[in-house]
Order: sequence, then structure tokens, then C-alpha cells
Amino acid sequence: MSRELSYAEAVREALRQAMQADERVIVLGEDIGVYGGAFGVTDGLLGEFGPKRIRDTPISEAAITGCAVGAAMTGLRPVLEIQFSDFLTLAMEQLVLQAAKLRFMFGGKARVPMVLRTPGGSGTGAAAQHSESLEAWFTHVPGLKVVMPSTPADAKGLLLSSIRDDNPVIFFEHKLLYRVRGPVPEEAVAIPLGEADVKREGSDVTIVATSVMVSRALRAAEQLAQEGVSAEVVDPRTLRPLDTDTILASARKTGHVVIVYEAPKTLGIGAEIAARIAESEALYSLQAPIVRLGGQECPIPYNRALERAAVPQQEDIVAAVRHVLAA
Amino acid sequence: MALPVSRDDAVKMLQTMHLIRAFEAKADDLFAHGRVHGTMHLSAGQEAVAIGVCTALQPGDYVLSTHRGHGHCIARGADVRRMMAEFLGKETGYCRGRGGSMHIAAMDIGILGANGIVAGGLPLSTGVGLSIQQRGTNQVCIAFFGDGAANEGAFHESLNLASVWMVPVVYVCENNQFAMSMPVHRSMRPERIADRAAAYGIPGDQVDGMDVWTVYEAALRAVERARSGGGPTLLECVTYRYRGHSKSDAQRYRTREEVDAWRAQDPIVRCERRLIADGMLSPDEAAQMARRAQEVIDDAVRFAESSPDPDPSTLLDGVYA
Repeated sequence: MSRELSYAEAVREALRQAMQADERVIVLGEDIGVYGGAFGVTDGLLGEFGPKRIRDTPISEAAITGCAVGAAMTGLRPVLEIQFSDFLTLAMEQLVLQAAKLRFMFGGKARVPMVLRTPGGSGTGAAAQHSESLEAWFTHVPGLKVVMPSTPADAKGLLLSSIRDDNPVIFFEHKLLYRVRGPVPEEAVAIPLGEADVKREGSDVTIVATSVMVSRALRAAEQLAQEGVSAEVVDPRTLRPLDTDTILASARKTGHVVIVYEAPKTLGIGAEIAARIAESEALYSLQAPIVRLGGQECPIPYNRALERAAVPQQEDIVAAVRHVLAA
Repeated sequence: MALPVSRDDAVKMLQTMHLIRAFEAKADDLFAHGRVHGTMHLSAGQEAVAIGVCTALQPGDYVLSTHRGHGHCIARGADVRRMMAEFLGKETGYCRGRGGSMHIAAMDIGILGANGIVAGGLPLSTGVGLSIQQRGTNQVCIAFFGDGAANEGAFHESLNLASVWMVPVVYVCENNQFAMSMPVHRSMRPERIADRAAAYGIPGDQVDGMDVWTVYEAALRAVERARSGGGPTLLECVTYRYRGHSKSDAQRYRTREEVDAWRAQDPIVRCERRLIADGMLSPDEAAQMARRAQEVIDDAVRFAESSPDPDPSTLLDGVYA
């Protein structure tokens, strides 16, 4: 059974169902208890599960991240909320040098089944230190998995998978998506990590988009359809592991590729996706050079118009598609 | 005052200190002969801390170690054959040759890894403590760290969190006087690291880390406090690192006289004298202990050297579960 939930509600439902199913699952983070989380995601969970399993923490990103790692190594399945993904910079050592590496450097013995949930992205006027899109940093680290859901249903299904996974998973939510509503199954149905989703089928051009860019790409595709252009929208959903096959199949089919992501263009996930297409025989199917549409090479500014100009918008995607089809 | 342990335990503690000393002497020797690929950090001089603390533990307790972790592992009962194999990068090593000296872990006996990052294990310890609380067991976690780690932000965040949640973790600071070349007195204003416990509202204790019995009794108090719900303790053991920081250390930051003065307090010699004075050990028995340790280490080297290297085709094993 499916009914509409907001993205935030879908995340919360996944947390609730995972906690009901497995007492080893605990949630910790700053202001996640009485306050309900800075974006309200954990609202109500304290009343349902109590302070032992819904743990408010001091503002200590390094310690609480390491806390999740240590707890995961010794039998729990913690889900850690980092209030803004920008603050991952304060937890980098514990994530990159501990969580990601312990299992490998101990010869495959330790397991670190933890999830780090965190909201990223711009669009809320939060300016440069609360609007980062850092997913490429973590996608670069073997040992981590990186998930970026774009819809309420994906948020729920992918979070359930992430919690059941025996590896550290960085789960990037998007601030602008929290209130977006969509159909979500009531049951605890997990969506496997590493499977892209074709959000819209098309034949003329492939738009690969992540997170909030998926909805912008879908709106762009609607607009393009009125011009007679059939755009396919592919959402990788997880960046590591990355479902290359689905992307290549779409590129082969349409012969035109636009990759859209919010993080600064240079060395973002679009670079990796473009490279994987270029390294494959799908390259021979391309009728035009690949276009990457990423964020501008600047921090996210405060002013509304500047902020909007800093990351791809629907009209930019439409223009990029027209460009790639005209080449 | 009588020793706090039985004769058998006391002799075993001394024997294990010899084993640590012999392991590291052999490690140094292998390195000098070019038979080791990577680096290592020797703990000679600090054996009383490792033995005193680990003897206070029960089966099932956890230990988080540091880059200078050989002694912690041996004191906690790790197999020196598998340790030596790891040191030589062999498939039979504790980490299948992936970790080396700085990352030895023996999960089956609660050694959650030596850690190459200064203070890197301290945040982990809060989670181990939380996990113990959550699972409702009566385990305890030891988090070893050095004087240098006490100046990392992770130290503050971790002890604060541990104290707020009253997790069963004992924070054992091995104050060996130097963070690489930086002496303690130039890196912090207070003279006692243990005094920092006051900032977290937890007990802080500074003890003579060259005396295994003093360390043991202090560790036992802290471990029992943790086990009975009394929360974390900061235990500072004042000790000394005889050798350089790692292999490339010309030791220009200290004098020979200083090293010799500390060597005169050698924890193995002090322990041995005490056991002889108390009639627990004859001078003849004492004289055999170093040789017995050497035999165990020689056997470990034979095991390690005859072990296979990891097969490069298995390179990617263990990146993901």
C-alpha cells in the first residue's frame, strides 16, 4: 500500500520501522530528541523509543561520529544525524580514517554497520557554511557507501537498506526536499544500494541528475517535451556503489548526455559519470560531447538571486539539453 | 605491603613484560637488518603501563590501543606469532598483512585495534562504552592514548561525551614525556594531565607508570568503578619512552643522561627486584625469564618468516563487508 508522505516523514518512517524491527538500531545526534531534529526529521521518535535509543548529543561532531563507529564495531547499528552536511568537515578524521578503513586495515575482521544521515545543499538562504554539497569527497573514499535519495519513496527504501548494510553509509538528504510529498509504501520495503532508477523514459537525450536536481530535471523534461524533445532522466540514487550499467544503457539509447549536480562542477560526481561513459563503448553512441552542469566555482552566497545563480536551475537544464542536441 | 596479586599472577606479569621487551627488541633487530617494510613505534620503558592496566581487565573487556601498541596487545593476550607475522606483512598476521605494526587488532579478544591517528581511538571509545551500556553487559573499555593526544580536540569532545553519558571507559594516558619531539612541559601549562579530569567532573589519577603494582592498583580501582556504573576515569601513568619516536628519530630533543635516569627506574627491573625481595622468585628463576621470552619470540619469528605473503589477487578483500 502506498500513500503520500513528505520526504522528511519518509525518512522518519524508515527510522521508526528499522528501530521496531531491530533493537540494535539507535539514533543519535544534536537536537534530535525533544527538539525533533533541526529539520524535524526525528520528531516524535523520542516519545516512541525513549532517551536510551534516541540520544541527544553535545555539539561534538568528531566525538559523536567516532561514537557511532565504536558502537557499530561492538554490536549496535547506530544511525547518526549530523545537523548540516557542512559539519562533516568536523568529523572527517573519524569518517575517513576510522569508519572507512578499520575493516580493511584489520584484515577484514571489523564490521562498521552505521549510517550517517545529513542534509546538504543550497536554496534556503543558509549561506556558505550551511549549504555545501560534499558528496564527492566521500564518494572518493573506498570503504564508505554514499547515498543521495531524490524522492520520499527512495528516501525510505534506501535508508532501510543503509541501516541493514554492514558498512558505513553516508546518507545525503536535501534540505529543499524535506517538504516534498510523494507516494511511499507503508511496508518496510528496502531499495537495494547500487541501483539507479530511470525516473522518466525518453529517447533523445539522457539527463543524469542527483538529489534535488532530479526534480528539476523532470520539470525540464516536461518543458522539453512540449518542444518535441524526449528526455530520459536517470537518478543514480547511490554514488558509491555507482550503477554504471544503467547510465551507459541510457547513453547508448539516446546518444546525448547531460549530467546535472549541485556541487561545484570541478571534480564533482559528473566528472566520474562522464569519465565512465567516455571509457566505455557507449562513447561511440554519442552524437555530441557530454555536457556537465554543476554548481558554480564559488561558495554558496546568501542573496536569493545570487544563491539561485550558483547552482543549476530548470532553465539551465533546458538550455543544456538544447545545446547538446544542437551540437 | 603485600603485592595485590597472587604469586602466579605476579610471575606471569613479569614474564609478560619480558615478552613485550623481547618482542620489540626483535622488531628493532629485524628492522635494522632490512627485513621490515614499514615503520614501527617501540614502547620499551612503558611495559608496566600495558601490563598493569590489562591485568586489571576481565575476559570480554575491550582495549583501544595506539600507534605504540605492541605492549597493549601482548599484555591483553594477543598471540605474538600472529603479531610478528603482521609486523612482517604476512597473510598469517592479525590483519593479513594489511595493517602492519600500527594497526594490529584482535577482535576475538577485544583488542579493537592499534590506531595510527593521535587521539583517533578516543571518539571510538565513547561508542564502545555506549554499546556496552545499551547491551546491558558489564564490560569495560580501556582507551590508551599518549600525552600528545591530550592536546587534540578529540580528547576534549570524547571525555566530555563519556562523562555526560557515564560510559564504562577508562582513559589511560601514557605520559611518556614526549609527543614525538615535543616535551609535555612545552605543550601544556598544567603539570598533571590527570588534572584535566576536573573539567569533565570525573576522577583523575596520576600514578608512577614505571611501577607495575601502582599502575595495576590504580587501574583496578578505575575498572571496578566503570564496571559498577561509576563512569569514566582519567588515569595518567607517568612513564618514559626509551627509544625514539619511530625509526627516523635522531633524538636531538633529549639527553643521554635523561634517558639513563629513567632507565634506572626500569619497570622490569623494579618488578623483578620486588618479586625476589618478597620471596616469590629466586634469582635463578628471574635470570631464566628473559631467555624464556626470547625463545617465544624466536619461535614467533620462525612462524612469521615461514608464512606466505598475501596474494595480490586478494588486494580488495575486506574493503566492504
